[in-house]
Amino acid sequence: MKQISTKNCTHDDLMVNDAKIDVRKLNVWFGDNHVLKDINLKIREKTVTAIMGPSGCGKTTLIRSINRMNDLINGSRTLGEVYIDGYNIYERNTNVYELRRKIGMVFQKPNPFPKSIYENVAFGPKIHKMARGKELDDIVEKSLKEAALWDEVKDRLHNSAFSLSGGQQQRLCIARALAVKPEIILMDEPCSSLDPTATARIEALLRRLSEKYTVVIVTHNLQQAARVSDFTAFLYMGKLVEYGDTKRVFENPQSELTEKYITGEFG
Amino acid sequence: MIGAQKEELIIKIILWIVSLISVSSFFVIFLYMFINGSRVISLEFLTTAPNPIFWTGGIFPQIIGSLYLVALCTVIAAPLGILTAIYLSEYAVDNLITKIARFFIVTLAGIPTIVIGLFGLAFLAYRLNLGISLFSAGVALSFLTIPWTITVSEEAMRAVPKEYREAALALGATRWQTTWHIVLKTAAPWIMTGILLGIGKALGETTIPLMCGGSGLETFIPRSLFEPVGSLPVYTFIFATQGNVSSAYDRAFGGSLVLILMFLLISVSSLIIRNRYQKKMRT
Repeated sequence: MKQISTKNCTHDDLMVNDAKIDVRKLNVWFGDNHVLKDINLKIREKTVTAIMGPSGCGKTTLIRSINRMNDLINGSRTLGEVYIDGYNIYERNTNVYELRRKIGMVFQKPNPFPKSIYENVAFGPKIHKMARGKELDDIVEKSLKEAALWDEVKDRLHNSAFSLSGGQQQRLCIARALAVKPEIILMDEPCSSLDPTATARIEALLRRLSEKYTVVIVTHNLQQAARVSDFTAFLYMGKLVEYGDTKRVFENPQSELTEKYITGEFG
Repeated sequence: MIGAQKEELIIKIILWIVSLISVSSFFVIFLYMFINGSRVISLEFLTTAPNPIFWTGGIFPQIIGSLYLVALCTVIAAPLGILTAIYLSEYAVDNLITKIARFFIVTLAGIPTIVIGLFGLAFLAYRLNLGISLFSAGVALSFLTIPWTITVSEEAMRAVPKEYREAALALGATRWQTTWHIVLKTAAPWIMTGILLGIGKALGETTIPLMCGGSGLETFIPRSLFEPVGSLPVYTFIFATQGNVSSAYDRAFGGSLVLILMFLLISVSSLIIRNRYQKKMRT
């Protein structure tokens, strides 16, 4: 396989001075494994940005570095900066709990807690002491509505979350993330375990969410990246190969590697 | 040569018979205790003190004594065991120190009870001057159940999917909030049944209360932690070993029948706890 260097990175100048997320020279290691190499990436507010690339290219590690979830992995090491609203979250005195409240995360496999539907959504606001009683009920209702799940569950809020279908569980997880009033939502292949109908619903939801939130979605599904995102980043072997307007990246890729990936030559 | 089908059938029948023997051993023991023990069981037997001169009387102080011992042991062992398990499962990184800690826990779990009993007698009762008492025996019993509680609780917590922890942490929960609200709540039914089984272990233990708890012939209920305490296993042991005094022998069966009924109660409760939880999760 051809070795690539960051110099080849084709990077549209997005001309963002007010980037919501600004990743600068980010390097991540797991033990001796250099997973992310000199990543520079500016993400605009209230857009959907897709991060695509073959398995093992570091896309999951990249979004997990935005809410510092990599900290939890034994033997991980991060070098570089990630600015959110102009503040470097890798600063020593960062309050990671507040950071993670501000940045919601939705995982590959729906992972509701073994609690009721209501309790799942109420968990975040409760631990952050954001509301209780009627106020909490309102947050739960609002979050479920925002996640397009309310109508399906309003009569059985106190049933177990496991009584829901896979797609519903994933929307519940989105509602759970929305309940703590985040500004950014990170999604790690949120549809990989869902059927096409459930996937379509999540994608439609995603578009709507980007009116209010900054969404970063990891996907290995090219069509999905093309359908839902405003901007697309292509990651390959820990390096950012191409980044720009989704339409531009798909129709006129600047890098040979991106082109090969898009046309299905590898991946 | 016999056909494969026939072979399967023979194996099935053998396994069935062996299983029947294993399972029925409990019923044989229970029935034997029931037949022999029910002769002495009466309201009087359950509510009066033993008479150690004529080897008659009841087992009231021993029932209460056993409950006291088990309660004290659990009050010590459950928090210590669960908190240690939380440390090992949620906080500690896997390194040499935790490996050594786990090794000692496993070893402590296998220590012969006579060793713990002697330690209770020599160190707690005599050296620390706590006396042959409820306290000495309760503490010594907790040495028996702490490793058990740790092992069961840690296993229960490790069985909680890591996806739950990630979800909670990604919402901004601290490690303690995640442990408390998610991990412990999810593992609770299994931890509870583990504690119940630990209670069963302590309840049935003879050597330790015999060595540092009391003689088994107590005619009174301890009024403080530092008085000797009677217990059902010790009572059963003493009454069963009085040669051909038939009133004593019968009473040993009575004591053992009450003990086995208490065990059944514990097993049934742990079953109910698990079933109820599983039902709750499905709807």
